[in-house]
Amino acid sequence: MRRTRLTWLRYVVLTVAALVFAFPFYFMLIGAFQENPTNTPDSIFPTSGWTTGNFAAIDSRIDLVGSLLNSLVFTAGVLLGTVVFGLLAGYAIARLNFRGRGVTWVLMLLVQMVPFQLLMIPLYVQITRGYGLGDTYLGMILPFAINTTAVFIFSQFFRALPKEMFEAARIDGAGELRLLVSIAVPLVRPALVTVLLVTFIGPWNEFLWPFLITKDATMQPLAVSLANYISNVAQSTANPNGAILAGATALAFPVVVLFCLFQRYFTASDLGAAVKG
Amino acid sequence: MTTAPTAGQDRVRAQRRGWLGAQPIGSLFTLPYLVFVLTIFAYPLGFAVYIAFHDYFFTAPGVEVPKPFVGFDNFAAVLTDERVLESFRNTAVFLVINVPLTVVLSMVLATALDSGVRWASAYRIAFYVPYLTASVSLVGVWMLLFSSGGLINSVLGPLAPSPSWLINSTLAMPTIALYVTWKQLGFYILLYLAALQNVPRELHESAMTDGANGWQRFRAVTIPGVRAATTLVLILAIITGANLFTEPYLLTAGGGPDGASSTPVLLIYQQGIQQQNPDTAAAIGMLLVIVVGLLSLTANRLTRES
Repeated sequence: MRRTRLTWLRYVVLTVAALVFAFPFYFMLIGAFQENPTNTPDSIFPTSGWTTGNFAAIDSRIDLVGSLLNSLVFTAGVLLGTVVFGLLAGYAIARLNFRGRGVTWVLMLLVQMVPFQLLMIPLYVQITRGYGLGDTYLGMILPFAINTTAVFIFSQFFRALPKEMFEAARIDGAGELRLLVSIAVPLVRPALVTVLLVTFIGPWNEFLWPFLITKDATMQPLAVSLANYISNVAQSTANPNGAILAGATALAFPVVVLFCLFQRYFTASDLGAAVKG
Repeated sequence: MTTAPTAGQDRVRAQRRGWLGAQPIGSLFTLPYLVFVLTIFAYPLGFAVYIAFHDYFFTAPGVEVPKPFVGFDNFAAVLTDERVLESFRNTAVFLVINVPLTVVLSMVLATALDSGVRWASAYRIAFYVPYLTASVSLVGVWMLLFSSGGLINSVLGPLAPSPSWLINSTLAMPTIALYVTWKQLGFYILLYLAALQNVPRELHESAMTDGANGWQRFRAVTIPGVRAATTLVLILAIITGANLFTEPYLLTAGGGPDGASSTPVLLIYQQGIQQQNPDTAAAIGMLLVIVVGLLSLTANRLTRES
């Protein structure tokens, strides 16, 4: 008797919470396609007034496609840097013995303790004034070019592989690069997907840094141009609420789709093991 | 842990093979990462400290102007600035609301989600999606929901606060705290779910044979079992809360009304970049890091097993 009551309670708690969590997304998606997004509870399930005009409205102000492309280049740059250099570093730290390995490991732990906000001003000075990389993709990508958390997780995964395998391959004369690419990486592929997903959302959702270094609207990723739209130009649009929700949907949609596709890789044990170190 | 003896053997072998180690190519593999860390972390970190202790200002490119050492002057200026003190008080308000809510809700929802719930993946998607979605998107939605004539107020009817949530100096910061709790909760649920997998089933079973009810088991088995995760959740929630920028910048239009929801990072941006005073901005950054460090240490101390 008590058990069933407990089970009921569990489902009630979970369902109420899930509705609270999902409702703003429902509101965003419906509102993005409404001529006049609702502000009253009785019209929460609209049956008429559908439109795609909101997307056209926001596109005319912030160049939706251009901004999405900027977001994509920014994110792709970070993913590329993290995969190429991060895998190399993670592999070396986990499986190779070389001078400087200990120092690299300590540096990696220290980096995770430095908050980005402390570095924000000096990085801004360094990258815009020192390197002249304001309003460039490279300037956007540089501070995130190699995701340290990803390097850390890579090294944890490589460390868990059996050492005999590496020794056998070395005796067979395989070079270290060959070992990494054709033996180590295929073995950790599922984990790789999780790390890539986590690395993806970082730059895709990042606002503060690209906001600081892009003054040129044609270089701004969608998060920045949407934020500018919300805080500056929204007043001068006929249906600003609908346009805001349309922009929000365009920014949220790729991540939600990616997550739903790769949801089964995104498990507690994978990330948990990594976080616990 | 399993690599410890290997590392030992490797080390002996390395000494035989010489100064560079058994696989010197490892240095080449880590070189790009090391260059990255030195240019993007080490150098700016040193630069931040330098700026904070000097009368630093932006000059036209190529112009050399002396930037004298001023000791703790920037810190003194910051600590007597009422706007800075207000932003730290606002952060305190935020943490008092956000941190307990985060710990309790994520622990309860993770426990409810643990151990064979039907539709578990649907629930998980619902909980994780806000965490994965860009804050700029979600802030746009919350702004409309909590605006004066928004859905929340029309549901509340006569109970709606006046002035409305985000333009009310008492309610602005608590509304941001609620928003961030909602946004980040999925990540903490994930951490707790990982931790719950390590709580032995037998403990629950033996507690049940002793006649413990659900609440007693939650208190006696679950809470102590996930203590390490709680420490991590506390520290991460404190760090997130101390580094708010996007939310006050957009949700309350730059920390409004009249600074009631300003945060230290917002001030770093306003003073350092908008008003061109990087020196005081760097000093705020260092103070913030010190405060966060102390709070994290305290959280660690409080949740440590006695």
